[in-house]
Amino acid sequence: MASQEKKKNITWKEIKKQKVLIIWSLVLVIYGVIFYYLPLAGWAMAFQDYKPKNGLFHSAFVGMDKFKQLFSDASFIRVIRNTLGMGVINLIVTFVMAILFAILLNEVKSNGGKKTVQTISYLPHFLSWIIVTGILHDALSSTGIINELLLKFHILDQPLNFFAHPKFFWPIVAFANVWKETGWNAIIYLSAITAIDPSLYEAANMDGAGRWARIRYVTLPGIKPTIMILLLMNVGNVLNAGFEIQYLLGNGLVQSVSQTIDIYVLKWGISQNDFSIGTAAGIFKSFVSIVLIVIANQIAKKNGEERLF
Amino acid sequence: MEKNKSGKIKTSVWDKVFVVCNTLFMVAFVIITLYPVLNTLAISLNDGTDALRGGIYLWPRKWTFKNYITVLQKDNLITGAYITVARTILGTLLALVANAILAFIVSRKNFIFKRSLSLFWVVTMYVNGGMIPTFLLYKNLHLTNSFWVYVVPGMVSAFNMLVIRTYMAGIPDSLEESAQLDGAGYTTIFVKIISPLCKPVYATVALFVAVGQWNSWFDAMLYNRMSAHLTTLQYELMKLLSSVTNQGTSAEAMKNAAGTVTPTSVRAAATVLTMLPIICLYPFLQRYFVTGLTIGGVKE
Repeated sequence: MASQEKKKNITWKEIKKQKVLIIWSLVLVIYGVIFYYLPLAGWAMAFQDYKPKNGLFHSAFVGMDKFKQLFSDASFIRVIRNTLGMGVINLIVTFVMAILFAILLNEVKSNGGKKTVQTISYLPHFLSWIIVTGILHDALSSTGIINELLLKFHILDQPLNFFAHPKFFWPIVAFANVWKETGWNAIIYLSAITAIDPSLYEAANMDGAGRWARIRYVTLPGIKPTIMILLLMNVGNVLNAGFEIQYLLGNGLVQSVSQTIDIYVLKWGISQNDFSIGTAAGIFKSFVSIVLIVIANQIAKKNGEERLF
Repeated sequence: MEKNKSGKIKTSVWDKVFVVCNTLFMVAFVIITLYPVLNTLAISLNDGTDALRGGIYLWPRKWTFKNYITVLQKDNLITGAYITVARTILGTLLALVANAILAFIVSRKNFIFKRSLSLFWVVTMYVNGGMIPTFLLYKNLHLTNSFWVYVVPGMVSAFNMLVIRTYMAGIPDSLEESAQLDGAGYTTIFVKIISPLCKPVYATVALFVAVGQWNSWFDAMLYNRMSAHLTTLQYELMKLLSSVTNQGTSAEAMKNAAGTVTPTSVRAAATVLTMLPIICLYPFLQRYFVTGLTIGGVKE
């Protein structure tokens, strides 16, 4: 209805005046339809027994069979567990570390020191996962620095191959994420802290508040809206964060805990050419992501916090 | 002793403890961040066979440039470097122009399709076809085994567009209005009035896109695996990494090592060459990405 009302206001004069804008937005919409909306048509493959030679229009329709097949596959269930498990752990750990780092860095009084630490803290964000996983392989190898330190302090008797034990995989992934993104993620919190009204700190000082009280009652409440909105934005991405590092660090010995939905899709869809199963797994992932965003948004709404939509 | 002192002094003692602990934390943070990078640098400058003995930390024991010479003689790495530079420059330019035009259109307050156009793009942030349908689409568009798959598909991104739009929304309307009174069309307003004011946010988005282009490897593996002449630096680095890890024990690597170069030392040199451009550039672009993240990340 609202759009109909709007349309009445559109006059030929207006359209003529905005001709350039309309032409360019049309070009960009065509681009968007091809690269973002057209792939959605491929979702049909999940409900077909897709054969490349038959194409999208002549492959046999099989209903929900592919989804049934997917969920009766024990390895897919494991893959869901891994994706969600690592996604949630990474989300929590990187959030806590970024906030902690921002608050502690803000307490550093020397301006030069603060700037130097901050500049260094961004560095890992700019390195690719290829480089980061290469560094991890070196550091955690049997002759790497970690084993050397553990041996020196007699925590271990002999070098440990961290990549051969499933129990170490999730913590390694979480640590790698923290190492790479803490400084970068802290940027937003640091600028939110800078935006806090200085008179609040002065008032706290007058009341005799110590450092902890200032952090607890001024800084943290001051950045709470930022924390909430970022948490919301990232909840929907929990399942997206499970590809590069797991793919690059995983190996045969730990694949029961390292494989994620995206790796499963790659394995079945691209390598085994079972496009239908790969697409079904992809749809499931999108579906869960959207459900997570909506739930997070509802919770935020109920608690009177900021929300996305 | 402390019990006799007043509360104020006691807090200042705690304060000192805090400052010391905080400083230690920051020092530890810097060490953990920098050590792996500096260690890679030291290994890349050290004799390969010698490095296998271990004990190289921050400084090479047996200096050599052989690792770098080996890297620079590897044709696949040179090809990867050319392609990576090309995709970074072209991809960044295309993405910047496309996102800026889109943001400009969407931020015109009286544009008749403003709302629907915004919605059209915001939806793409949350819904996408997934790996398989996208792969088939690119194949049908003949984008696989082609350079264009690196720069065309990711050109417009709703996130980057929103970052620029937020910035443009902060520019006073009066500028556009007075230009219109002078007879300027939208193209002139975009090129001559809005864009010069948007330099900081353009720099931010350019940096985001350029880093993404420089670091990407998955598209090279997925779409251009069969075209060796279209490989990228990071993908070649990945192949080096897997060849090193598959080599297993260092004894085996030592046997394979012809002369003084080992896979590990060559990879260290390639890693350093790959990260060098970014490490040299990012400190100077700091203020751009800090402001960019702040405006784009929080407000939408």
